[in-house]
Amino acid sequence: MDSIIQVENLTRDYQSFRAVDNISFSVNPGTTFGFLGPNGAGKTTTIKMLCTLLRPTSGSATVAGYNVLTDPMKVRQSLGIIFQDPTLDDRLTAYENLKFHGILYGWHGPNLEKQIGEMLELVSLSDKKDDFVRTFSGGMKRRLELARGLIHTPKILFLDEPTIGLDPQTRVHLWDYFARLKKEREITLFLTTHYMEEAENCDKIAIMDHGKIVAMDTPSRLKSQLQGTLIFLKTEDDVKTKEFLKQRYQLTAEDDEGGIVFEVNAPEKWLPNFLKDSPIPVVKLNLQRPSLEDVFIHLTGREIRDEEGTWLSSARALMRKNRHGGRR
Amino acid sequence: MNLRPVYIIWYRDILRFYREKSQIYTSLFRPVLWLFAFGMGLRPSFQGMGGFNYVQFIFPGVIAMTLIFTAIGSAISIIWDREFGFLKEILVAPIHRSWVVIAKALSGSTLAVIQGALVFIFAPFVHVHFTVDQILLSLVVMFLMSMALTSLGIILAARMSSFEGFGAIMNFVIMPLYFLSGAVYPLKGLPGWLYTVTMINPLTYGVDLLRTVMLGIHQFSVLSNIVYLLGFCTLMLTGALFSLRYES
Repeated sequence: MDSIIQVENLTRDYQSFRAVDNISFSVNPGTTFGFLGPNGAGKTTTIKMLCTLLRPTSGSATVAGYNVLTDPMKVRQSLGIIFQDPTLDDRLTAYENLKFHGILYGWHGPNLEKQIGEMLELVSLSDKKDDFVRTFSGGMKRRLELARGLIHTPKILFLDEPTIGLDPQTRVHLWDYFARLKKEREITLFLTTHYMEEAENCDKIAIMDHGKIVAMDTPSRLKSQLQGTLIFLKTEDDVKTKEFLKQRYQLTAEDDEGGIVFEVNAPEKWLPNFLKDSPIPVVKLNLQRPSLEDVFIHLTGREIRDEEGTWLSSARALMRKNRHGGRR
Repeated sequence: MNLRPVYIIWYRDILRFYREKSQIYTSLFRPVLWLFAFGMGLRPSFQGMGGFNYVQFIFPGVIAMTLIFTAIGSAISIIWDREFGFLKEILVAPIHRSWVVIAKALSGSTLAVIQGALVFIFAPFVHVHFTVDQILLSLVVMFLMSMALTSLGIILAARMSSFEGFGAIMNFVIMPLYFLSGAVYPLKGLPGWLYTVTMINPLTYGVDLLRTVMLGIHQFSVLSNIVYLLGFCTLMLTGALFSLRYES
C-alpha cells in the first residue's frame, strides 16, 4: 500500500528559529493521521508546507503522489483544507461560498450544482444555503467549511485544529461527520490538534514538540508504553487507608480532592484482593488508565496545555512527577 | 485554458461591491463635493483655460481622483481578505498567483471605471457636455489608468501588514501626487523644482490624456501621454505580478 503522504527530513527555518526540525513520516490512504502537540510545536507550519502555502527550507514531501515543490498545482487539486481560523466570505451566502470554491477548483455546470447540493446535505445546511455566512454560528461555519473543502472531491482533507473554539457538543457532531466521511468516501484525514480526546480518534498519531516528532504510533500502542493505572479512592478513613497501602503493598498514596490517589500495574488482579483485605470500607472508587496526556508528559516532562484541564489530568501529572522524579 | 477561476475571483469583488450600497454612495459624494463646492466655487475667480471654465477644466481631474480612491479601496480589500482569511482559500487553490493578480487588477479597474463613469452623470449640472465618442474614449483611458493604479495598490498591499499603513500612504504619497498632476490646476508658471516633480509624476500624463479626450486641450503631446501611460501601466502590472509571488 503506497502512502498517500510521504514526508522526508522536512525542515522549516525562520530567521530566528527552526519551526520544523527534520521530520519524517508517512500516512496510509483512508486512515486518520493526527499531529498532537502544544501550540507552537510546528503543527500548523507542517500543514502549510504540505498544502504548498509555505516552502520547506529543506527536505521533501509528497502528497497524493505529487511533489510539493515540483507539482504544487496537482497537490492542491488533491487536497482540501480547513484552517484553524475561518476563511469563509461573510458577505456571501453559503451557496455562493461553495460555488466559488468549486469554480476555483475547475468544476462548473450541473456537476458542480449536484456536488454543492450533496455537500450541503452532508453537513445538514441545505436549508441555509441562501443565508449569508455572517449569520452563521461558529459550529455552522465549521460545517460549511467542511462541505466546502470536499466540493472538489479531494483524496485528503487537512484539518488544522478542527474543533478549536467549539463547544463540546458541536465537537462531537463534527467528529460524527468525519467518521461518516471516512466510511462513505474513503478519504484520508490529516489533522493537527492539542486536544487529547481528538487524538484518540486517529489511527496513527505523531506527537510533536518544539518542531520535532518525539513519538509516532497508534494511540493504544503509545499508551501501552506506560503501564500504571491511576486509582482514586475515597474511604471512611483515608489516613488509615494510606498507611495500610504503605505497609501492605508498599504503595504511596497522595491526597487528592475528596480522597487519595495512587498508581498500580495490572489493577484487574490487584483490586479484588485489596477490596477483600482492606479493613476500611471503600466509599468511592475510580480507575483511570494511561491517556495520551500521560504519554506526552512521559516523553517531554511537561503537560500539554489542555484548555479543559481536568483535575484528573493534573492529579495524574502530580503522580507522574513524584514517581519518576520529573523527566524520565 | 480555463478562465472560469479568474472570472469568479473578478466576479466576487464586483458582487461584494454591489452589495455594499454605502460604498457606492460614498464614492459618489466625493466628486459631488469637488465639482460643486470646490469647482463651482472657484469658477468665478478663475480665468478661462482654452475656452473652458474651471469646473470644466477639473472635470477630468475629478474623475481621476475617483479612480485613485477606488484603486486604493481595492488594495485595501486585498488586505482585508488576508486579515480575515479568505485570501488563504484563494492561495491554496490550484490557480497560479499570476492569474489571481490579473483577476484582482481587472476587478479593481472595472469598479474604478464604473465609478469614474458615474461622475458623467453630474456633467449636465455643471454645464459640461460630452459626445458619445468622447465618453467611450474616456472609458478606455480610464481603464488604462485604473489598471496602473490598481496594480500599484496590489504592490502596496503585498507589503503592508495592516490597514493603518494605508492612511500614511494616502496622505504622504497619493494626495501629493494627485495635487501635482495638473488635475486641479494647469501646470503653467510653476517654480522649477515643482515643475520637475510634476514631470516625473505618472498621474500627470494620465490626467492630461483624459483632458485631451474630454475637452480637446492638452499640455503635452498626445503621443507622449499615451506612451507614458502605457509604460506606467505595464511597469505597475509587472510589479504586481512579482509582488504576490513572494507573499507567504
